[in-house]
Amino acid sequence: MTYGMRRRIVSAMFVGACALSVLIALVPLAMILFFVVREGIQSLNVALFTQMPRPVGETGGGMLNAFVGTLILTALGASAAVPIGIVSGIFMSEYKGSRFAVAVRFAADTLNGVPSIVVGIFAYGIAVLPFRQFSALAGGVALGIMMIPIVARTTEELLLLVPGALREGALALGATRARAVFTVIVPAALPGIVTGILLALARIAGETAPLLFTSFNNQFFSTNLRQPISSATVQIYTYATSPYVDQHRQAWAAALVLVAFVFVCSLAARFVTARVQRLRG
Amino acid sequence: MMAVVKPPMPTVHADQRSVEAATGTPKIDVQSLNFYYGAKRALEDISLHIYPNVVTAFIGPSGCGKSTFIRTLNRMNDVIPGTRVDGKVLIEARDIYAPGVDVVQLRRRVGMVFQKSNPFPKSIFENVAYGLRINRMARSRSELSGRVEESLKQAALWGEVKERLHESALALSGGQQQRLCIARALAIEPDILLMDEPASALDPIATQRIEELVYNLKRHYTVVIVTHNMQQAARVSDFTAFFWLGRLVEYDRTDKIFTAPTEKLTEDYITGRFG
Repeated sequence: MTYGMRRRIVSAMFVGACALSVLIALVPLAMILFFVVREGIQSLNVALFTQMPRPVGETGGGMLNAFVGTLILTALGASAAVPIGIVSGIFMSEYKGSRFAVAVRFAADTLNGVPSIVVGIFAYGIAVLPFRQFSALAGGVALGIMMIPIVARTTEELLLLVPGALREGALALGATRARAVFTVIVPAALPGIVTGILLALARIAGETAPLLFTSFNNQFFSTNLRQPISSATVQIYTYATSPYVDQHRQAWAAALVLVAFVFVCSLAARFVTARVQRLRG
Repeated sequence: MMAVVKPPMPTVHADQRSVEAATGTPKIDVQSLNFYYGAKRALEDISLHIYPNVVTAFIGPSGCGKSTFIRTLNRMNDVIPGTRVDGKVLIEARDIYAPGVDVVQLRRRVGMVFQKSNPFPKSIFENVAYGLRINRMARSRSELSGRVEESLKQAALWGEVKERLHESALALSGGQQQRLCIARALAIEPDILLMDEPASALDPIATQRIEELVYNLKRHYTVVIVTHNMQQAARVSDFTAFFWLGRLVEYDRTDKIFTAPTEKLTEDYITGRFG
């Protein structure tokens, strides 16, 4: 066998191995999508979004309260995490050499790796126990804690990608450091930051564990932030572990809605990125 | 390239008196300036006068300190950690390194154009308007538009962009981007314009346009330009300073530097024996 032939065979083997690995990695995603769509699509109807749950044993009804609850909880989490995360990200990129920034970065990475159930227990400790009351606010606190490190680290990384020449350009025109950051550097990184926020939203909207001991669940329609509130994920968990077929059916449909939400967020993120790249020629 | 034996350095540049006689009071008066990156001394005991309404060119081989020096004139090196300056830089008789000097005010008066064009990822209009906005130099929208137009005209870019002021500046060609950066610097009406190799990344035609522009700007501004291109220095400047290994070797009228330099080292450099 000539050296050239051998080289081609080895190359083909490695390309084959790479392709196989990719396939194996994609199998779970494909199967999740397949089952969720197959099971969920049958039960997906208008009533799911417009009607309240029926009493146990009756068929039909919907999960209006759970979807509204998830929207409220996600909005609560984001309204705390986006500003805190962005400001922390700016701090880490502006003072990247300082000890405190290194500590903050390490803390953010650690927080990002904390199991979500632990975040839930922590939020229970600070936002439920003192008030002796499960509440939407406590759920928002838990989701916010999950979201802060993601937003902070994305913001930091994107700010660091902004060329130093832009900062010098702004300073040379008589901008102060803060001005240069807020009028040139952050806007230059903004599309990427928005993408990061969208992906973080998709992530926290699908969390169950942090909500179990914080927002708990509510079988009624509630928008009261001081009361327990239903959420799509906790409702799916409740329905999926119940013995009723009709509840299983609705759980699948709600799972499909959640997966679709994640998909839409990812698409929106890609769209923002692509649009910006086009603008930048 | 650098195998030349280091010759004794003159401490004072030649022919200072003929320079003064021709141009009056200096705009910038640099006195025994030393500059350090950490422990390394990048500029050694630089003293020179830069005159108003003329173009002064800094030439010299790579690493000779000419860019470091131009950046000391608007304290742009302040943003680099671990750097230190001693000596004085007087602009209109006020030391810009004195305690209490407002760096923001200084940079408003001493504009700068960089080697690589650095337009903001905003529209053409917003790039030029940026300095006017942050320095609150326009009281109304019409005044702002007027000043933007005026600056783009001064930078010889208006004709090419007037139809698309609100499109992204990043869609412009390299030469147009650099003229946009010049317009942006001119918009805030500085006294002095520093240009750090403004044409080194451009093609010959774009370079020629920048050179014509530099030549015309001196009517209103004091222009300092760093270049590694000796022909460019000869074409656009009235005075030339030759730097070598962090020192100022010779500073004189451009025609004298290029026809009858006093220093052997200058002659070797301009005749292409090293560098």
